[in-house]
Amino acid sequence: MALLDVIDLKTHFKTGDGIVKAVDGVSFSVDAGQTLGIVGESGSGKSVTCLTIMGLNAKRNTATSGQALFKGEDLLKMRGDRLRRIRGNDMAMIFQDPMTSLNPVHSIGKQLAEAVQLHNDATKKQAAARALELLKQVGIPRAESRIYDYPHQFSGGMRQRVMIAMALINNPDLLIADEPTTALDVTMQAQILELIAKMQREYGSAVIMITHDLGVVAEIADDVIVMYAAEVAEQAPVDRIFNNPQHPYTWGLMGSLPRLNADVERLVQIEGQPPSLLHPPRGCRFNPRCAYAMPVCREEDPPLATVPGEESHFQACHLDQETKDHVSAELLGSFAGEATA
Amino acid sequence: MIQYLIRRVFWAIALMFTVTAIGFALFYLVPKDPARVACGKSCTPVMLKRISHDLGTDRPLYVQYAKFVGKLIPFSFTGGPHFKYPNLGHSYFSQQSVNQIITQAAPITMSLVFGAVILWMLVALPIGILSALRPRSLLDRTTMFGVLVGVSMHPVWLGLLLLYFLSDRVQLFPIGGYAGLFSSGGVEGQSTGLVQWAYHLALPWFTLAVLFMAIYVRMIRANVMEVMSEDYVRTARAKGAPESRVLRQHILRNALLPVVTMLGMDIGLALGGAVFTESIYGLQGLGWWTVQSITAGDTPTVLGVIVFATTMIIVFNLIVDVLYAWIDPRIRLS
Repeated sequence: MALLDVIDLKTHFKTGDGIVKAVDGVSFSVDAGQTLGIVGESGSGKSVTCLTIMGLNAKRNTATSGQALFKGEDLLKMRGDRLRRIRGNDMAMIFQDPMTSLNPVHSIGKQLAEAVQLHNDATKKQAAARALELLKQVGIPRAESRIYDYPHQFSGGMRQRVMIAMALINNPDLLIADEPTTALDVTMQAQILELIAKMQREYGSAVIMITHDLGVVAEIADDVIVMYAAEVAEQAPVDRIFNNPQHPYTWGLMGSLPRLNADVERLVQIEGQPPSLLHPPRGCRFNPRCAYAMPVCREEDPPLATVPGEESHFQACHLDQETKDHVSAELLGSFAGEATA
Repeated sequence: MIQYLIRRVFWAIALMFTVTAIGFALFYLVPKDPARVACGKSCTPVMLKRISHDLGTDRPLYVQYAKFVGKLIPFSFTGGPHFKYPNLGHSYFSQQSVNQIITQAAPITMSLVFGAVILWMLVALPIGILSALRPRSLLDRTTMFGVLVGVSMHPVWLGLLLLYFLSDRVQLFPIGGYAGLFSSGGVEGQSTGLVQWAYHLALPWFTLAVLFMAIYVRMIRANVMEVMSEDYVRTARAKGAPESRVLRQHILRNALLPVVTMLGMDIGLALGGAVFTESIYGLQGLGWWTVQSITAGDTPTVLGVIVFATTMIIVFNLIVDVLYAWIDPRIRLS
């Protein structure tokens, strides 16, 4: 049994203008200790998927369906107090913006100790000791004195380290990281990713890494989901995504990766804007931006289907296999050419 | 911290000079000779001159002001440096010491203001928080309607209405007046004590509190709603904190910070005299004295109230600053 089994997850928000289908039928599973990367543009539903699993969407005006089985228990149908006992204990989350994710009026130590005491029968002293231990593990210098400091006395990178410490303090089986490096400067990003990977090794947690950076995925993920407009476009083990991408959107993402020595004047971009989830395009949601769009793409939403010969590789595109393999090979060829150049 | 306090004290002194100087200048502009008023109907020029001299109003304005400030400064060098009690002078008309007027009036205003503060906070806190937690619920809609009514009701109108219905028609409450909290206070022969005090102040408390109640409900509701959508509140939930703890530890601590500031300033301001409420209920507090002495042209009394009110505002702003630094680490540690 997988640690987390998400089956046909849908999250719809009721707004004044209509229903926003933020997540529209997403399925995946995560095994213990594994890393799943969810890639996609802003607004593609990656964050909402994870917030739904954590039960952190506002209850008002939100409709959720499908299943999210965590160790066999459906998180979506769980009673509030049961979910609370799992949250922060068996399953924890790191958020995008470390600058606003910590409470400004409580000290770092108090916020870490709170996480310990909420789930364990620990004295204040024991909780504080555990907090200090974690702060040291995530590499906060002079942790003994900094534990008394407040969030505003920490830099962005240091705050994200604190968030990581807070998420891991109860040794969770599943860690969800929602673009943990987006708000940090570049030099910090690699350090934080490395730290997450290191902590994952030490604690043996499974990780769901939400990102819009394929490079991050290539480095740490075992499996990858490419999301587009609330749906899964492509889903595969990481080497298959990078060695045999099957969806035009995945191609677009790969094509827009900056390359150091390719002689292109500008970065390649995917034309157009991500679609409105209030009124998604008819047919395949990617068709208005797709260079390979055919008449059928404007009529029918392609189902998620297995790639021939690869049983754990799924894609949702109407293109014929020959064209896909051809474009895929060409794209990889351009990377290979760059590598030898 | 010490540097900060010194700076505050200097500001307070500067503020005091400015406020009293403006007060003095304003009353000089009023074409009303206090000596003539004090002299009465059968006034002779000789009497007028003597009264003017006694009151000091025959001297130039800057001399009068200098004398006023001189009496106010709490230390003296004549006969060796020593501290003295600030003296606000005497009323032009009753010859009563202004210090004494303030000492009698201040407890009345304080009783009114602090009672009203407790009343409005007791109502505004739970209602503001509850309607923020359940936006657009029946409670929230009722509350927002009540807020609109509350901010629209002038204390004079409300006071008269309450007096008419609750004191005159249904004789539940006394028609105005004040009963001292301690037997030493109040007028001779008048009943005093906690029950009488609260009984006399119930309607004034309510009258003064209604407007603030409405303003504070709205403010608390808005603050709580704003903080509820903060990322760190989501973090607290992600940690597995139960809702009650999220509310107490993570939402309210942050949402009530600005309320503390407002409350401090409002208390300071109200202690200068709740003019309308005191006038309607015949409470002889600072607001009542202000109205009386402005009408009569009794400059020393008006200035006395101004000095007291300014002091209160300065003191309460200082209390707010200290409190704020104590509860908000961002200020304390910067």
